[in-house]
Amino acid sequence: MAANDTASATKLIKGRVVLNQLLKFLFLLATMVGLIFLVLLIYRVLDQGLGFLDVNFLTSFPAPFPEEAGLLAGIMGSIFLMLLVAPIAVILGVSTALYLEEYAPKNRFTRFIQVNVQNLAGVPSIVFGLLGLTFFVYLFSLGYTLIAGALTMSLLILPVIVVASQEAIRSIPNHLREASIGMGASKWQTIWTIVLPAAIPGILTGSILALSRAIGETAPLIVVGAATTIYSIPDSLLSKYTAMPIQIYSWTVRPQEEWQYVAGAGIIVLLVILLAMNAVAVWIRNKFQHRF
Amino acid sequence: MEKMRLLKLSVPVTLAAGLLVGCGGAEEDAAAESTSSVSGEVLIDGSSTVQPIMEAVTYMYNQENPEVETVLNTSGTGGGFERFTAGETDFSNASRPIAEDEVALAEENGIDYTELELAYDGLSVVMSQQNDFVDELSVEQLREIFLADSDAETWSDINPEWPDEEIVIFSPGHDSGTFDYFNEVILEEQPMKDGENVTLSEDDNTLVTGIQGNPYAIGYFGYAYYEANQDSLKVLGISQDGGEAVKPNPETIQDGTYTPLSRPLFTYVNNEALKNKPQVADFTIFTLENAGEAASQVGYVALPEEEYQKQLDEVKSIIGEEAE
Repeated sequence: MAANDTASATKLIKGRVVLNQLLKFLFLLATMVGLIFLVLLIYRVLDQGLGFLDVNFLTSFPAPFPEEAGLLAGIMGSIFLMLLVAPIAVILGVSTALYLEEYAPKNRFTRFIQVNVQNLAGVPSIVFGLLGLTFFVYLFSLGYTLIAGALTMSLLILPVIVVASQEAIRSIPNHLREASIGMGASKWQTIWTIVLPAAIPGILTGSILALSRAIGETAPLIVVGAATTIYSIPDSLLSKYTAMPIQIYSWTVRPQEEWQYVAGAGIIVLLVILLAMNAVAVWIRNKFQHRF
Repeated sequence: MEKMRLLKLSVPVTLAAGLLVGCGGAEEDAAAESTSSVSGEVLIDGSSTVQPIMEAVTYMYNQENPEVETVLNTSGTGGGFERFTAGETDFSNASRPIAEDEVALAEENGIDYTELELAYDGLSVVMSQQNDFVDELSVEQLREIFLADSDAETWSDINPEWPDEEIVIFSPGHDSGTFDYFNEVILEEQPMKDGENVTLSEDDNTLVTGIQGNPYAIGYFGYAYYEANQDSLKVLGISQDGGEAVKPNPETIQDGTYTPLSRPLFTYVNNEALKNKPQVADFTIFTLENAGEAASQVGYVALPEEEYQKQLDEVKSIIGEEAE
């Protein structure tokens, strides 16, 4: 009897160990799949693009010859877009999240808003482009300008920022709020001094993911009239503009092979700017995390 | 290469100023008024097929007239006409002539325009270099291959001497001007095949890749895409009405012997803008003077010189009308 028990127990344990090893291997495999494709992609882009990536590429406007074409208009257009989109979307998004989490009564209407915001995060970007065309370009008569593009992009990433900020705010333990209220602080004082500082790392992570999406979007910008070829840098909110992904796309559809390399160089620049944005976010996040 | 434009440091400052001023007003007034040269905006939208030619033209123009801001968008032929017929743009690039409903829209909105031919393109019907049995097709055979109501499923259905392999089709998407043209002259507006052996793509490089590796695949696109991939693609000669089969090349496309798949590429200019905006008039003349060079630079075929001259005269007479 006892011997039998030990035998079956050993068998059971052995089964669990094998299962554990198997799953560990599967999870590692899953990680590798993503990683391998990322490495392949980066290798291919570097291989194709590095030859065309020089100072000239960064400081020139578009040209009909691959060796002379540059991304300057796209780089500056994208940077100015982000400089506008970031404050607009983050301020609106965090305010919405604060209202929904801290102030709004937990009733059917709030839940209705909640569900809608979550669904908006999944709406295809081209739909936001059409929305921007209808409202900002035509109804508000902004035309095909930088500010119309920035407002459209802000709308596009707003839902993601709202949802991420809500999660971050919700994860702050309630006893922190209660302690603050117990000390006589008002709701706003509690939010400003306790909730927001504690939630900033989460809010930033969400915001930066959203901004990364915005900087790579092409479709909605084409709809709201970002130019393909332009020989100027935006100098006001009502300037015509272009953006990096639009220029890169217009190069990839060209017939001559060299344009694929020019596009590769453009993708490298886009990736570097994206990484720089992420780095800034990580830096801010770490800075705030030290306080607690 | 040697001309390096340094990033202007003043740019962030001016943008900040722009932010403060807000949505003030028209910025073109702010541009310094020079007496000798023109300034202001030239707004261009339309076909992605024509975009490379226009980019080359705007590039040359910008070198000579940096005061004029040329804005070139790529909404497609149809999207471009939508804006053009509403009076939003000065030029609309098109890979097909303006359609009847678009003409009606322009009339409704009081938009008067002039059609300008910039270059020719030869729609090239291509197969993979790996294919060893087809060298030429007649227009009738093309119809058999592409039409939905034809019974031809395999190459042997077209010609009994050819292998019994399924025909695989790669075609530009139904929104493109390239498809429109093929649809008009070959399919005669009858529905094209669809299903698992048909791939549609708006990106011609996708079509190239698909055809390259499959000896039984056939497709069509602009001549420049064949020219750039000559080592892996073969272009078919096309015969019409029992005539000799002709392959597209710059000569046969320009002199019109490559027919019916040789097509003109257009831009349409708003006559009102032509008369009232000096920069549009100036740019139009520049375009007609340089379109031939621009076209050959980017892989299209220039019109015969006299064709540009004829259009130049026409445009100049329209511009002149206002002076009287």
